Amino acid sequence: MQTGNYSINEPSMSKLFDNLAEKGKTMYAPKNRGERILFQKVEKFGEIAGDYLLTANSAKEVVFPRYEKVFSYKKTQDGILINDPTGNPFSEVVLWGSRPCDAAAFIPMTNTFEKDYIDNLYVKRRKNLLVLSFSCNTCDEFCFCTSVNGGPGNTAGSDILFTRLQTGDFLAEIITEKGKKVVEENSSLFEASTAEGKEQSLAKVEPRFNQDEIQAKLQELFENPLWAEKSRACLGCGTCAYICPVCSCFDIQDEAHGSQGTRLRCWDSCGFSLFTLHTSGHNPRPDQGTRWRQRILHKFRYMPDKSKIAGCVGCGRCSRSCPAGINILDTVTAL
Amino acid sequence: MSNPNIYIPYQMRIEKITHEAPGVKTFRLKFINEEDAATFTFKAGQFGEYSIFGVGESTFCIASSPTRKGYIECTFRQAGKVTTALASAEEGDIVGFRGPYGNIFPIDEWKGKNLLFIAGGIALPPMRCVIWNCLDLRENFKDITIVYGARSVDDLVYKHELEEWKNRPDVNLVTTVDPGGETPDWKGEIGFVPSVVEKIAPSSGNTIAIVCGPPIMIKFTFPVLEKLGFAPENIYTTLENRMKCGFGKCGRCNVGEVYVCKDGPVFSYAQLKLLPAEY
Amino acid sequence: MNELIKKAASLLEANEVQVVIGYGLGSAKRPQAIFVTTPAGCEQLMFDNRCIQNLAVYLTKQEIRKLGKPAIVAPLPVLRSIVQLVAEQQLTEGDLVVLGIDPDGKLLEFSSFKAIESFLSDHKIVIEEKYLKKIEEIKNMPVGERFAYWVELLEPCFKCYACRAACPLCYCTRCTIENNQPQWIPVASHLQGNLEWHVMRAMHLAGRCTDCEACYHACPLGIPIHLLNKSLIQDLSESFGDYGPKISEPNMLSSFDPDDKESFIR
Repeated sequence: MQTGNYSINEPSMSKLFDNLAEKGKTMYAPKNRGERILFQKVEKFGEIAGDYLLTANSAKEVVFPRYEKVFSYKKTQDGILINDPTGNPFSEVVLWGSRPCDAAAFIPMTNTFEKDYIDNLYVKRRKNLLVLSFSCNTCDEFCFCTSVNGGPGNTAGSDILFTRLQTGDFLAEIITEKGKKVVEENSSLFEASTAEGKEQSLAKVEPRFNQDEIQAKLQELFENPLWAEKSRACLGCGTCAYICPVCSCFDIQDEAHGSQGTRLRCWDSCGFSLFTLHTSGHNPRPDQGTRWRQRILHKFRYMPDKSKIAGCVGCGRCSRSCPAGINILDTVTAL
Repeated sequence: MSNPNIYIPYQMRIEKITHEAPGVKTFRLKFINEEDAATFTFKAGQFGEYSIFGVGESTFCIASSPTRKGYIECTFRQAGKVTTALASAEEGDIVGFRGPYGNIFPIDEWKGKNLLFIAGGIALPPMRCVIWNCLDLRENFKDITIVYGARSVDDLVYKHELEEWKNRPDVNLVTTVDPGGETPDWKGEIGFVPSVVEKIAPSSGNTIAIVCGPPIMIKFTFPVLEKLGFAPENIYTTLENRMKCGFGKCGRCNVGEVYVCKDGPVFSYAQLKLLPAEY
Repeated sequence: MNELIKKAASLLEANEVQVVIGYGLGSAKRPQAIFVTTPAGCEQLMFDNRCIQNLAVYLTKQEIRKLGKPAIVAPLPVLRSIVQLVAEQQLTEGDLVVLGIDPDGKLLEFSSFKAIESFLSDHKIVIEEKYLKKIEEIKNMPVGERFAYWVELLEPCFKCYACRAACPLCYCTRCTIENNQPQWIPVASHLQGNLEWHVMRAMHLAGRCTDCEACYHACPLGIPIHLLNKSLIQDLSESFGDYGPKISEPNMLSSFDPDDKESFIR
């Protein structure tokens, strides 16, 4: 659903940010932190990093925090009282400055959390999230969004997609009702426009593989020396999963403080050796090769087989950040 | 939907604790909330997440039969953090329970057939649920044979029920212990479960086999059954991969494309043959 | 580099080793760990100042041990890790062939672990001036400000454990973090969980850390967690003098007994 194109200039962009922030919304945007640019809370427009390809972390924390209270409890004389956080209002969040790949990642993630059993913690956060993305004018050798049905100007998952045009102004494509509302409430900042000039402004992300072919090949390759070979340098950390905008595997952990406590949903990773370890000591995925296979199969076969959506948006974060320099493209293109 | 937060457990009171074997206990649990008790239903083969508030959750099957209303039972061996906390709980204490989760044994399809139950060690509990379910509907089935083995006489669980099954004329019970695990007065078989099955050679005609046990026992029992003429679609088992959520989101229990928690835990051998050995 | 390639190829040729752990250029034209098993494959070996991953981490990994006896390309940080692993009885003479790279990039051959130790005595661990200044600055903060500094620094950490995975000395098969009876350190990456994890990690490495900076290079969020380790190294140097891995002396702050009654330590 696309409900119109507008243009907005740079000073108005800053005003739009202020208007949203003034309404009490929590603003997340790319911001310098030490040596990296990270998605994090920002108060002022001026804090937003100016020049970035992608943030080091993904934006998933706005809907899937690295740890989240699923409930708290209190032991009393009358029994155990449970406090359900889904009963409380969730804050309105604006994700500002996401890339098309960041926004596209909300689609498979929503599918995971809404499939069969509806996870209201996720659903409520997602409902309160406004996604204001910016098209990519540049890319690097790790980007491969165009191989997984995405693109540097892809609108999926965003409420509004801004594209910086060669004129210096921004094209604003309104994708959803939420996006439309933003324009209506800030109508003085927007001018009606056409989508002209968008294509010329976008980065050229060369296709690296065909997702459908990969999915087809993976139906057969479960037992293959490739998994051990391509993961040989793997150190077994959780970096690839934790910076991935789609990965949503988790652990459930309790924390007690005297007679009260919380049950938490914490990020977890299929790369960790303990992830599938049975209490008996038996481990169905006993080495990094089988864990790497799970990662690839989950993203490129199981998810598209079941939901018609790949579990990868081609952002390339895992390859950029792997401490052992493992590049996911090396595995996928070798299939 | 009465409970919009899928992570919040029912609260249940431990009504009775039975010491089954060294480190193994059975809890009988009753819903604290009467409304929960009235609306809760489950079927044989399903499991749940049992928890001690402040310690965490652990996954086991429901070991009682759905034909026994008003309570559920679970049997567990003290091994990790949560089972250790559960083991130190007392009658009257409150535990959490989420469930039921997973698919079921297709008991309705087994009408008019012979049933062969084969279990090893701490894997009798998931089978006990099915056994009692079938025994409570005894007229629906023909011969019922139960082969159960444990490391030693001491390790056999549900000893009082084994006694009951032994004395029933409509049940053929064969118990066995691993070599060296017998006591001087042991009257059952001595040997590993797969070889005992081979020895007693139950007929595969019109028979459904249900196998529950550690992966190694299952691995060696399936070929024996095939040799005896059982078709893979007439052999059932239940898998026990590591789980956290129970509803297909936490991402760790999958065997290839299927989640043990959602698509399982009950699988026929025919289904397993199509899956990678990721269990 | 030809020297290194020739030597590595000859070792594989003679079947003295079955795998060479070294650096090669990956598909994205950046150096990464490679595992060469054929003499011809040694052509891929390279070394320059971008090769910062500490390859010694692979010496204790089950997946790599399965490949057979290794030769390892070892610039200074790797040499230091090897000596520390020897001191902790994780490696024994004959387990591997060390293809040392001296600070000028020249191939070094060692007749024994002792020879590496003696080479290292001429290449002592020295904390760089910029870090000394930073540590001094942190130490001079009032206690509240100092705490706030660490809280702020460690806040983004989501506990992917890349720091642990990249460290050659974090070879425990079951880390403290994975022991949950009792749960020493909270699993969640909140303030307490993060602080306890990083302090525990630094303390476990105190007197053992060889200042390779692998933890820092591995961190996907660029958190300078090595500041903790460097600060401890500086404290220990000032208190006990001559800091660095030694085969013949016990660790500065920790003891180790092969006959320890706790099996997880052995």
